[in-house]
Amino acid sequence: MDLTILSWGANGWGDEFFYGTLMTISVAICSFGFGIVLAVGATTMKLSSYKSLQALANGYTTIVRGIPELLVIYLVFYGGNTLLMSVAKGVFNYSDYIELPVFLMGVVCIGLSSGAYSTEVIRGAVLAVPTGTIEAAKAVGMNTATRFRRILFPQVVRYALPGLGNVWQLTLKETSLISVIGLAEIVRIAQIGAGSEKQPFTFFLTGLILFLILASLSDKGYLSIEKWANRGVRSS
Amino acid sequence: MDIDIIKESIPAIAQALPVTLALVSISLFFGFFLAVIVALGRLSQHSLLNKPAYLFVYIFRSTPLLIQMFLIYYGSGQFRDELDAVGLWYFFKEPWFCAILSLTLNTGAYTSEIIRGGILSVSVGLLEAGKACGMNALQLFKRITFPLAMRQALPGYGNEVILMVKSTSLASTITIMDMTGVYKEIASEYFSPFEPIIIAGSFYLLLNYIITILIGKAEKKYALVTR
Repeated sequence: MDLTILSWGANGWGDEFFYGTLMTISVAICSFGFGIVLAVGATTMKLSSYKSLQALANGYTTIVRGIPELLVIYLVFYGGNTLLMSVAKGVFNYSDYIELPVFLMGVVCIGLSSGAYSTEVIRGAVLAVPTGTIEAAKAVGMNTATRFRRILFPQVVRYALPGLGNVWQLTLKETSLISVIGLAEIVRIAQIGAGSEKQPFTFFLTGLILFLILASLSDKGYLSIEKWANRGVRSS
Repeated sequence: MDIDIIKESIPAIAQALPVTLALVSISLFFGFFLAVIVALGRLSQHSLLNKPAYLFVYIFRSTPLLIQMFLIYYGSGQFRDELDAVGLWYFFKEPWFCAILSLTLNTGAYTSEIIRGGILSVSVGLLEAGKACGMNALQLFKRITFPLAMRQALPGYGNEVILMVKSTSLASTITIMDMTGVYKEIASEYFSPFEPIIIAGSFYLLLNYIITILIGKAEKKYALVTR
């Protein structure tokens, strides 16, 4: 194994891997954030009293959690542009060629999947909030917004954190699938490097190690966030 | 919507269903044995056993399956001569072997944590009672620890099986024509991804629905008899 090909600069792949890692992190953060937004919406729908909204949210989580992410990625990759162009033509009468950026397509796909898992976590967390605390807040005269901000939100965050930590790890790993549509993240860089340097093992092992580093850094970060969220909680 | 494409996709994707099923069942079968061994290794007192088991689980659970699969399938090519010398190249050049190997290792790592949780949930009192009846270590494991651990692990294992069905789609990236591989072929051939995804998606959903029902039945069957 010749490791000089992993050096920085024009002859090495160190800098490519570095930017690939940054790309993986950005896709993961954007998808996770998009997923949380979707999850808050879907949770609200699931916990609402309208049957149709519940059914819509249940359909979303069931379908997305039941079919492979790769299938969704291929769908968005092959169909995203067509769909966007037909909408543009139908609604705005705009008929030039439009191409979605790969980054955006990736974030949409991974975010959809991440959101479905986050929905279940957040829903569980909302249901775990003791009703007594809400009733107490009502009794002291808080309005809905204040109640949400002071009582519901801090507790939901605390209950949801362990689950969301798992979803983050899942999302981080799922970003690797974007490599099939050509976004230059860790796996894609490893593929390109493996092809041009004829050392596939070295390159894929490097990618694997980068993911290991990201996972253990996330573990550390996650522990400190959890500590922060539980700062006011009595512990034995 | 083009009905012709739908008509064409149904038999094509249905033909790939056995491929997906084979990938799932073979890797779950071997993965389960691996998982039991790894779980026992992690619970062992010897650091010579529990450290490697921990490392195995840590690596396979914190990295994407896709890169594990690429490392095994494409990476093995870098050691072609060495593998050829020991007669293993015959296996590593086969995408099927590499797909099943990586899926097995991956599910083995995840399942071992589920089984470990199950084993840890078996109460000490039961084991003491078993010992008091004069059972040896093997009998204790076979009659008390294992069945109780399995019952505890069943819901978690059900989730793992569904994740495995989804994971097999990655085998399509190393040239195996499973349902996802066939979907991709149809979608790019007709430039229309919407019709075949209804078919492929339904097959996956149906498969996972059947698994959910089977696991639910098994859970009921092995549930604690409450009087």
